[in-house]
Amino acid sequence: MMPLDLLFEGVLFGILLGCFYAAVSMGLSVSFGLLDVPHVAHPAIMVLGAYCTFVLSRLGIDPILAGVLLTAPFFLLGMLVYRFYYETFEKRGTDAGVRGIAFFFGLALIIEVGLILVFGVDQRLVEASYIGSSVRFGDIRIPQRTLVVFAVAVALTILLTLYFSRTFTGRAIKAVAQDEPALRLMGANPVRIKQWAFGIATAVAAIAGAMLIIIGPVEPNMDRAYIGRTFAVVVLAGLGSMTGTVAAGLILGISESIVLIHPDLGASWAPAVSFALLLLVLGIRPQGLFGR
Amino acid sequence: MRFWFFSIAILAAVAAAAFIVKNEFVFYAGYTVLLYVVLATAWNILGGYAGYVNFGTPAFFGLGAYTGAVLYKAFALPLGLQIAAAAVMSGLLGLIAGLLTLRLRGIFFAIATIALVVIMETVFINWRYAGGATGLQLLRPPPTAPFESYIKMLFVIMAAMAIGAVAVARYIQDSWIGRGLRAIRDSEEAAECSGVATLKLKVFACTVSGALMGAAGAPMPMYLSFIEPASTFNLNYAVGALASPMIGGTAHWGGPVIGALLLSSLQQYVSVTISNEMNVLVVGVLLVVFVVAAPEGVLGLLRNAMAPKPWTREAVQRRVVMIPIVIAAGVALGAVLYVLFDFLIAKGERVIVYSVLALMLPGLLYLAFRFIRWVFNP
Repeated sequence: MMPLDLLFEGVLFGILLGCFYAAVSMGLSVSFGLLDVPHVAHPAIMVLGAYCTFVLSRLGIDPILAGVLLTAPFFLLGMLVYRFYYETFEKRGTDAGVRGIAFFFGLALIIEVGLILVFGVDQRLVEASYIGSSVRFGDIRIPQRTLVVFAVAVALTILLTLYFSRTFTGRAIKAVAQDEPALRLMGANPVRIKQWAFGIATAVAAIAGAMLIIIGPVEPNMDRAYIGRTFAVVVLAGLGSMTGTVAAGLILGISESIVLIHPDLGASWAPAVSFALLLLVLGIRPQGLFGR
Repeated sequence: MRFWFFSIAILAAVAAAAFIVKNEFVFYAGYTVLLYVVLATAWNILGGYAGYVNFGTPAFFGLGAYTGAVLYKAFALPLGLQIAAAAVMSGLLGLIAGLLTLRLRGIFFAIATIALVVIMETVFINWRYAGGATGLQLLRPPPTAPFESYIKMLFVIMAAMAIGAVAVARYIQDSWIGRGLRAIRDSEEAAECSGVATLKLKVFACTVSGALMGAAGAPMPMYLSFIEPASTFNLNYAVGALASPMIGGTAHWGGPVIGALLLSSLQQYVSVTISNEMNVLVVGVLLVVFVVAAPEGVLGLLRNAMAPKPWTREAVQRRVVMIPIVIAAGVALGAVLYVLFDFLIAKGERVIVYSVLALMLPGLLYLAFRFIRWVFNP
């Protein structure tokens, strides 16, 4: 058994970690959860965002601001990628599944190697006033950067939830996810809405990338570790549910952090947690915890 | 009949080469190429025929490799038994994973297989007896009688396994199992309605595919005299196993063989002459180009090229004139860009060069796509 204070610490760090996981999965929750695009390149785009943040921060821009600035070009990039995907795979229809996944997988490889060629394989990190210092709560020291990431993640979740429930386009995106043919019958163009939504998903990935580099140094092949994690969160959440994504992120973060801090298990078992959880969910309740 | 004749001829040629050729590097490289032939063929049984993408090649391959290594460490079993045991273990893994996740849509299966790789890696990192994270050093036994070196023996064994894997894939493809799998790929619901036992067939394909991957992994610890989790469960195996059939063509057993031979020979060449990163880039670009521009792979292109076509005089004349012009224009453009980029790199502006290249890439891919389409479809 774990001592109680250790457990408490584990849960606390798990909540912070979980919000981070939820934030990095938010984009995928839109692109895969709502739009049904097998976007395995999502973590690679996120790492690309992290490196763009790195470049901008070298020019003296604060990493969070850099993440916000990057949303514009990433939005365009996302629209382009979706357009290309639609023209080459979704439109042709037959056998799109396998080739679509392979396409995004290839895209992820190209981004990864491109980053290696430009930046090398070394780890990169950013500097800001809140990176490196920490806050004390009683006996527990919490690094300030995790609090910053926590705040950004919460803000992002609230914004996206409001967007999908209050605005016209946001509701249209949800409508596309629910019943595409019906939308077509109503005279709306589902492709344009999906393109817009994919742009948003990619823009969110840019912010996630900024958080990725705030929370720790990044390296080009980091996306491989995050493919499983982000998909685990999205599947666990039930496809496309924003609040579900946060809950799933928290479950993942807390369980991973408890295993990490547990005296008998430790860091070497931590990666298996999320994936064991994922397999379990897929086997028992494939529609996810908050699925429709 | 003809298939078996050719198989035996190839195996005989390989064995003869093992006695004649002296350069050991040929066998080191050839072993890897043949390994990918097995992995790609095995992948294609589930991925190509049934349309279920498996990212878990490293899990099956690695479990096989570790089964071999542990059995060798514990009982010094001969290689043949190691391979058999590895096939059984990985087949079991395929059976369990299949039963658990093949009820779901393809993308969920793909994600679950990624999970499988990480879980396997974690298990073996934490298993002390098998060497843990640092790995296990193994002392190779002396080679069996007719072979003078161990590598040559492994090479011949891998060649035999490649032929065995292709035979299995060919049998499945031509039998009712293959027909069922193809029905699943085209429309799972329609297949189910027509009385195809979809789940059974998928789980069977997953088991066979896993067993073949495991068998291919078993000689790996002997090949390296060493085994450790990070490189054994490396995602690069998944990349190779997935990309080869996509490049060669997934509909026929010849596709993965051609794809693996092309791709891994190219990879061996690129990683020796240029760099390891470039080698991953080559796979990524080839994968995207083929998936977008030639969904049927090399086999599809060949079939298109050989199919009788209305080769009117006018169409042929246009091609004869246009193809050299387009190629010359491409080469000229490449040369200009090369000089320009070389100049920029010399001035230290690497970031600009690579971002321009990255921006150009989609356009170039699209142009290549249109060109290939135009050449083959008038």
